[in-house]
Amino acid sequence: MGRIVLEKVTKKFGETEVIPPLDLTIEDGEFAVFVGPSGCGKSTLLRLIAGLEETTSGRVLIDDQDMTEVSPSKRGLAMVFQSYALYPHMTVRKNIAFPMRMAGLSEAEQNKRVDVAAKSLNLTDYLDRKPGQLSGGQRQRVAIGRAIVRDPSAFLFDEPLSNLDAALRVGMRLEISEMHARMNTTMIYVTHDQVEAMTMANKIVVLQAGVIEQVGSPLDLYHTPRNEFVAGFIGSPKMNLIKGVEAEKHGAATIGIRPEHTDVSTSEGMWKGRVGVAEHLGSDTFIHVHDTGLADMFTVRITGDIAVKHGDDIYLTPQSDKLHKFDTQGLRID
Amino acid sequence: MAIVAQQTRFSIYGRPVLAWLVALLFFFPIFWMVLTSFKTDADAVKPEFLFFFTPTLENYVNMTENYDYWRFATNSVITSVLATILTLVVGIPAAYAMAFNPSRATKDVLMWMLSTKMLPAAGVLYPMTFLTKSLGLFDTHFLVILVLSLINLPIVIWMLFTYFKEIPKDIIEAGQMDGVSTWGEVREILIPLAWGGIASTALLCFIFCWNEAYWTVRLTTTDAATLSKLIEGNRAPEGLFFGRLSAVSAAAVGPIVVLGWFCQKQLVQGLTFGAVK
Repeated sequence: MGRIVLEKVTKKFGETEVIPPLDLTIEDGEFAVFVGPSGCGKSTLLRLIAGLEETTSGRVLIDDQDMTEVSPSKRGLAMVFQSYALYPHMTVRKNIAFPMRMAGLSEAEQNKRVDVAAKSLNLTDYLDRKPGQLSGGQRQRVAIGRAIVRDPSAFLFDEPLSNLDAALRVGMRLEISEMHARMNTTMIYVTHDQVEAMTMANKIVVLQAGVIEQVGSPLDLYHTPRNEFVAGFIGSPKMNLIKGVEAEKHGAATIGIRPEHTDVSTSEGMWKGRVGVAEHLGSDTFIHVHDTGLADMFTVRITGDIAVKHGDDIYLTPQSDKLHKFDTQGLRID
Repeated sequence: MAIVAQQTRFSIYGRPVLAWLVALLFFFPIFWMVLTSFKTDADAVKPEFLFFFTPTLENYVNMTENYDYWRFATNSVITSVLATILTLVVGIPAAYAMAFNPSRATKDVLMWMLSTKMLPAAGVLYPMTFLTKSLGLFDTHFLVILVLSLINLPIVIWMLFTYFKEIPKDIIEAGQMDGVSTWGEVREILIPLAWGGIASTALLCFIFCWNEAYWTVRLTTTDAATLSKLIEGNRAPEGLFFGRLSAVSAAAVGPIVVLGWFCQKQLVQGLTFGAVK
């Protein structure tokens, strides 16, 4: 079990309020991702759940038990750190077995669980090495192994992939998702990468300045962002936000149109612009368009290829049913 | 052509020569002392016998037979070892707490500790003597150990604090998540990770304890007197006996020089730890 509830949780560092009163429920078995720009308080929130930071006020409940004053070691949670935080003086086997040794499990049980975890994480050949002799990806696997063997009620991941190179990151992302599907244990994952959030989460929590901007499934957030911030943050490339006359035509202060919801033509369309950069990926083409009179730059994403280059004229037509409208407060208008 | 630093004649010849000169200058008094310890008291004061003389063990025999060298040496070992252990037992938890759970007062506490080293020892000589005598602690091992610990504690905590600061906080936090107790953190994570730093701190503390003279000379007479006291006792009362004095001094610094020689790697590493990454 691993149902985590935050009730009116706040956190102050000195006089600075990092997290204003915040409520959040993460259901058992959910994969929740905290996402937001750096400094938005997502890591602090995770550390509050872990017990590594003390709450200034409010309660942290794990499986309906008040854990606010309970030490990290007694909360039954496992954490994977960005820096891996392995014990450099211990072998991989000892690292993975460490929490079990602390819990007083028998040596035989420890070895059994280490072997199972090592097998599932492809670490069997490295059990006698020290962390210093491993690559970044292997180290992260050891850190995950150390978390798995404890059979925690929830896993906490603090930007676990950001020290890995891009290719490895994609691989580890899949492994963690697979792990979640297999184990069905609650996972809370902190990242600033919205792609990680979109691909892994059942539930995304978008944070800005310690405030939850929106909670929902990845597609909820994509299709119906509650405000301009979420609209701009979720989706890659970013949503184009247009203010002024064009927005007023739709009865809004701002309209948003995603790059992939814009039709492109070299001969006719609603808005005319000039190609700045065209990024040809083969499967897709990203075109950054200038001089539309709408915004500094308008980004378009089309499937397949289109033969345009820097300086070419281009015509854009938004798909009217995919338009997002926001009021002067930046809130969504339906 | 690429611009590269050229070696000057000074850097090729001058620097090694200069280094040797400085090293010899520092080493010479010790060398002289050891040399003198093998001379008779009469030869010791004659300049013509500076390097060429008939060596004798007379001074060393005299020292062990008539001046109870081994008792002083045993006292030095007992007090230095136990004082070092006591200092670490207090210092490690103190430095640990300040390094990993700092509060707003931590910096002030550290400064306050250092400030105790700024007090001139002579300023508290009378109260200390009076106090120890009235408590019945004068000339006891307990007192010497306590005093040696207290005077070294600030520097030991400072050193340990710097070493502990080098340990990533994440590792300590990982330990907390993995269910270790506070004592477990110290034993399983902190001590193994900071072992080099702790060892060099201990070594330095031991050397300071061994060499301490101000208090050991003044707060002891016979029972707990250390080698410093033995040297002091051989200094003047019967005139200038350089041969004997040198033998006693050589026998007092000998053990620490040998220890320092064997541990110089740790010592250098310890003292420059954190300076370069």
